[in-house]
Amino acid sequence: MTAELLLASLHITTPELILAVGAMALLMIGVFSGERSAGTVTGLAVALLIAAGLWLIMVPSEGEAFGGAFLSDPFAKFMKVIALIGSIVAMVMTVGHARSEQIDRFEFPVLLVLATLGIMLMISANDLISLYLALELQSLALYVVAAINRDNLRSTEAGLKYFVLGALSSGMMLYGMSLVYGFTGHTGFDEIARVLSAETRSLGLVFGLVFVLAGIAFKISAVPFHMWTPDVYEGAPTPVTAFFSAAPKIAAMAMLTRIVITAFEPVMSDWQQVIVFISIASMLLGSFAAIGQRNMKRLMAYSSIGHMGYALVGLAAGTQAGVTGVILYMTVYMVMTLGTFAVIMAMRRKEDGNVENIDDLAGLSTTNPFMAVALTALMFSLAGIPPLAGFFAKYFVFAAAIEAKLYALAIIGVLSSVVGAYYYLRLIKVMWFDPATAEFTRVPGELRLVFGLACFFVCAYVFFGGMIGTAAEVAAATFF
Amino acid sequence: MTDWPILTTVTFMPLVGVALLLLTQDDTAHGRRNILNVSLLTTIITFIVSLFIWIGFDNSNPGFQMVEKHDWLNSGIAYHVGVDGISMLFVILSTFLMPFCVLASWNTIEKQLKSYMIAFLILETMMIGVFVSLDIVLFYVFFEAGLIPMFIIIGVWGGKERVYASYKFFLYTLLGSVLMLLAIMAMYWQAGTTDITELLKFNFPAHMQTWLWLAFFASFAVKMPMWPVHTWLPDAHVQAPTAGSVILAGILLKLGGYGFLRFSLPMFPLASDFFAPMVFALSVIAIIYTSLVAMMQDDIKKLIAYSSVAHMGYVTMGIFAANVQGVQGSIFQMLSHGIVSGALFLCVGVIYDRTHTREISAYGGLVNNMPKYAVAFMVFTMANVGLPGTSGFIGEFLTLIGVFRANTWVALFAATGVILSAAYALWLYRRVIFGALEKESLKALLDLSTREKAILYPMVILTIFFGVYPAPVFDATAASVDLLLNNYSAALKAAQDVALSVQ
Repeated sequence: MTAELLLASLHITTPELILAVGAMALLMIGVFSGERSAGTVTGLAVALLIAAGLWLIMVPSEGEAFGGAFLSDPFAKFMKVIALIGSIVAMVMTVGHARSEQIDRFEFPVLLVLATLGIMLMISANDLISLYLALELQSLALYVVAAINRDNLRSTEAGLKYFVLGALSSGMMLYGMSLVYGFTGHTGFDEIARVLSAETRSLGLVFGLVFVLAGIAFKISAVPFHMWTPDVYEGAPTPVTAFFSAAPKIAAMAMLTRIVITAFEPVMSDWQQVIVFISIASMLLGSFAAIGQRNMKRLMAYSSIGHMGYALVGLAAGTQAGVTGVILYMTVYMVMTLGTFAVIMAMRRKEDGNVENIDDLAGLSTTNPFMAVALTALMFSLAGIPPLAGFFAKYFVFAAAIEAKLYALAIIGVLSSVVGAYYYLRLIKVMWFDPATAEFTRVPGELRLVFGLACFFVCAYVFFGGMIGTAAEVAAATFF
Repeated sequence: MTDWPILTTVTFMPLVGVALLLLTQDDTAHGRRNILNVSLLTTIITFIVSLFIWIGFDNSNPGFQMVEKHDWLNSGIAYHVGVDGISMLFVILSTFLMPFCVLASWNTIEKQLKSYMIAFLILETMMIGVFVSLDIVLFYVFFEAGLIPMFIIIGVWGGKERVYASYKFFLYTLLGSVLMLLAIMAMYWQAGTTDITELLKFNFPAHMQTWLWLAFFASFAVKMPMWPVHTWLPDAHVQAPTAGSVILAGILLKLGGYGFLRFSLPMFPLASDFFAPMVFALSVIAIIYTSLVAMMQDDIKKLIAYSSVAHMGYVTMGIFAANVQGVQGSIFQMLSHGIVSGALFLCVGVIYDRTHTREISAYGGLVNNMPKYAVAFMVFTMANVGLPGTSGFIGEFLTLIGVFRANTWVALFAATGVILSAAYALWLYRRVIFGALEKESLKALLDLSTREKAILYPMVILTIFFGVYPAPVFDATAASVDLLLNNYSAALKAAQDVALSVQ
């Protein structure tokens, strides 16, 4: 590799470099100034993420880096910006909770920055090897973060469970990758696509494809690889769960989109049936299993399983409209889920600290109307009721499915969204129809800001949705 | 006046009221006063402004008027509004009923008055939006968004079983609507547009019409509601606060009928023709069965709710008779039922506020101490029965003529519903109003207060006025209905010709 090529590659990967070098520096700061530095390091970590995001938006740099292993295109850019916003918001939300959740260690922000770095690399990965490395970087950081509250039984259990199942899925994925490599002779996505379109596909490749998809399905917590989600969501400290539910999901979905739309484009009929199956299974399980939940975090876990199913509806279509739908869906979903987690984190009582049962919300509309209205808007949006953002997200993915003539998928999808509406309504019922029991303590400013903004986003989407839609369309056009 | 976007103004004016309400406080008596005044003024001003739609409306123009169109969401969907003869009067009906809802809630809503009024004003915007939308996705957005405030209204301010009723209302309607959403998407990919004016001109292939028709039917039949998917209605009505019942019976039920007229009949004429016998059958069952069920109710509100289902049976029957009398009659029946059933629920509200019970057996002999009330209730009962001289007669009579031309047997069975409705309505009236005033709890009841007179008397006047002189309504609707039916029969004829030439 010549010097110019290296320089060009470094230029394209600058945002990632900022995070990588920055994370090392933060680690140094943390190590040398000890435990007291947690607050400073968190602040600096947020600044780093913002710097990376600004660079991404301001400096135009598109193209391949490192011989095609890393690709920066409009799709990657859009998803990275969204993922960065998710990470920043999640990190800001941890500030007020650092002490009570025992995450006031300087390692915590450093690990989150490393996870975010992994996320950005996943989105840009254009080669099986770089994809795997990025995925592992992200996962290893998250395994530790899930168990960061090491004196808490549930947190350590969540971390261990996540690690064991995650390692299993990584193994499956790696196995699948090796099969794909064996049958095509390449690891780069473009080369794989070229080989696949030139010759008839072999059975071995289908095995490889299925294993790769299984590994990714684990990361987006789609059925039948969802088992870890409720336990990890419930066990991990709430700020960590909020982080889990946003940026990593975006990255995994972006990665899945890129791999099936570019590398496996010639064998679309093969992966389409897999995606249709996991989509239907996720939507149904997400809707029905959530009905019995009493814990908000578990509820959100099942809700996220269901929502991944809806996002996959768009991907199953495999068209430009479908990919646009997926991008929009993930964007809207991230806002809704972060807003909801901000509310969950604001559920704090003077006597018994943080509470997370649905019944603890009773009478919120009288005790804290602002929070109640915000959560109500978020819940109706998650249920997909117009005119809120969640409806338009669903609209575009289902419209894509109808265009691709996937009628059964679309019908099962909308019917399961009605079932899903049932449990979102239960939260609203508890907040509005039930008498108040105890009040929450004053909501910290940053959480109020987050759920206020999320509420504003879902309500005002009808006004500025066009802008986001256009950006998503440009991003999706990368592939077509 | 021509350039002024009057439809947008009327649609979103209630939201101005919402913004003002957000500035008020509802924990003091003074604050309550402010909330009520702001809400009342907002709804009255909206009504007055909406009258300009009727004034500016050109009766001879069958197409859409006062059209506004802007791009929206950059995805083919447009903010496109306009009214024609079919939708215009429903807008007026919506704005007309709202001030009465505010008045009916004057003293009865004790908790969270501010949220209550905000929910109602948002609901008004959504309802008007449904009628003025000329983009099918915009229509769907308004159609579904109305569920949110109504769910909260039933659930928070409703009766004992409010939670069950609100869930049932929400999930039933949502289930029907999501299928319509898929149909909307399919239409978009087929026709390449979501613009209703374009879709009205588009010929959908015959096999596709069947499926699209069924999907729309799933939504509108639930909303109407038609037998056998009407079961949410009695629950929702009984549990909703008075004003909620008025809106539910007065306007939300009309969304189904309006949908049939706007989408099913003109866009899927072949399927409408094919399924008309099924609709007739369901309508006749609804008319006879729910009338019989109504007769056996102990709860006044439930009785009126079942009678609403029966009356909506005339509407669906008339629409799918697909002739001038049937369709005109249906529209008139919907408007008249909007006023009459709304007024009946308000009447129930009057005595419910005094005694806090809706059991029929708890009443009797009210004519002795509430003569004015008895007269008002009498007028609405008669209108509900369909007595000539009241607005109820015209709608029922025309729909029966219309369906008689389409199918004599259906008309025969449906006409028995008129007798049954007389039976349950008059029996209700006898049990509540006549007889000796024996019950201790009733002896101290006062007759109508000024506020209640202000609510009921205008409705009495309208009921009789439109019963004697229905022309203003028919003048407005005639041109659009003619256009609709001409297109409908032309489409059927074209399909027949094709079938013949194939043979």
